[in-house]
Amino acid sequence: MAAVRVEAVLAAAEEQEAEKRRSITVEKELELEYDLGNLLAVDRNPPPAAALRGAGPRREALLQALARDNTQLLVSQLWELPAERAGGAGGPLVAQLPEPTFRLPREKPPPKPRPPTRWEQFARLKGIRRKKKTSLVWDEQAKEWRRRWGYRRAGGDPSRAWLAEVPAGADPEEDQFARLRREKRERVARNELNRLRNLARAHRAGSTVPAAPLHPTGHQDRDELRRVARVARVSTASLGRFQPRLPKEPAEPPSRSGGKKRRFEPLLGNLAAERSRQLEMLRDMSRKKPVLDITRAVNKQMRQEEAEAAAANKGKKQSKRGKRGRRQQRPGRSGKKSGARRQPQQQKAAGGGTGG
Amino acid sequence: MRPLTEAETRTVFEKLGKYIGENIQLLVDRPDGTYCFRLHRDRVYYLSEKLLKLAASVPRESLVALGTCFGKFTKSQKFRLRVTALDFLAPYAKVGHGPELAPLPRPLTAPHGYAPLLQYKVWVKPGSEQSFLYGNHVLKSGLGRITENTAQYQGVVVYSMADVPLGFGVAAKSTQECRKVDPLAIVVFHQADVGEYVRNEDTLT
Repeated sequence: MAAVRVEAVLAAAEEQEAEKRRSITVEKELELEYDLGNLLAVDRNPPPAAALRGAGPRREALLQALARDNTQLLVSQLWELPAERAGGAGGPLVAQLPEPTFRLPREKPPPKPRPPTRWEQFARLKGIRRKKKTSLVWDEQAKEWRRRWGYRRAGGDPSRAWLAEVPAGADPEEDQFARLRREKRERVARNELNRLRNLARAHRAGSTVPAAPLHPTGHQDRDELRRVARVARVSTASLGRFQPRLPKEPAEPPSRSGGKKRRFEPLLGNLAAERSRQLEMLRDMSRKKPVLDITRAVNKQMRQEEAEAAAANKGKKQSKRGKRGRRQQRPGRSGKKSGARRQPQQQKAAGGGTGG
Repeated sequence: MRPLTEAETRTVFEKLGKYIGENIQLLVDRPDGTYCFRLHRDRVYYLSEKLLKLAASVPRESLVALGTCFGKFTKSQKFRLRVTALDFLAPYAKVGHGPELAPLPRPLTAPHGYAPLLQYKVWVKPGSEQSFLYGNHVLKSGLGRITENTAQYQGVVVYSMADVPLGFGVAAKSTQECRKVDPLAIVVFHQADVGEYVRNEDTLT
């Protein structure tokens, strides 16, 4: 009984080994279509229809064999890709996948278009179409082509208009310039109001109004992400005061205005702290002063040379004494000179040391 | 009005250090009260805490000056020392090789009466005194005396031959070099002089 069981076990083990060592080549009528960027293989061979009919272990086995064959083909394709060892000699072998070619279907529903604005509805009703306007307009006064609006516009600078005629039915006491300014302000305000209303209407209608800055798209650059991260940190109940920082976020809270406005110490802040900070700074400044003063060395050298020149002049009159004088001067001179030369070199080294 | 930033404080101290060396500590850390520097409209003022608290209650547009004006920052952030700082700097002026001076509690308006024994001084001949007071540099021909061991670009206090302080300067040449240069070379750069009290009467704060 035990022997039969052992034999059965051995046979099963042998079979398993044989299965593992089965040939990796798979025969298919039609070649598979591969999209290695997506790790995709498409098999267009018609399956044996008769075998797939009806659920059952035979069907399962067939499906499994099919899956195994196709996977084998895909993996063979992957092994043929150019590969390299990531992280040096002992690292894993990494294949370089090509760009994906298969277009994946949408994950979310497509964005709804925004509803037309009041003007757009009216224009559609009346059949008004956009007239393409030229960007330059001929200015008769200046006899040249000027912009339609903006810097040096065609009608002259509106802020420099020195004449404002009183219209026929208007009150003669009224200030026309003030009226023009007021009306411009009202126009601008009305325009802004309408723009905001359109935005609100579009938002209410449920169209995907671009609140893009706050949702990650994968195409944002570093500054945008930084801004988004700041907004996210501040969007807590305590406005981000107790929020732990990300590993590489700066320690001090970044300024609310995004770094545009300079912030100074408070005027009557802690004066003792200010004083201690200034004393500290003074200590640093005085410590960094080089110990060797190059100008002093140069002056010393010059004085030495003057003394030598004076001695040499005296020596010219009395040659014997001069020789003795010169001989006496030489060791001292070389000593001082080399000393002066050494000092600048040391000075340079010290300067390099503190600077580097 | 605001306190000076780190960089600004450093600039100011470096400039003051050229004239009074380590004695800036005596300005910052005074035994008789807390004094501080404040910046108002690009000018650096030195004032006591009590005065600061009073000045803080004045609106910014109406505030003209406060305490003592030491100098101003130019548009390119360089610090220009003004003659109004003379009262404070002359008594503390940089000591050469002499002994450490006891700090004066409050410098008086007659600095020459309290001038210490050793400081970097330059005496100017009567002929070029007026030229200096008009804002010109001091030439070798107008140089009367100069302290021994003055380094180049050392801050100096300029005196007339009668020991009347005329203002500040920066030594353009060291004492040794001064002896060798030709008479028309500049030996002291003009920084500030007492003639500014008359010339810049309306802008001096």
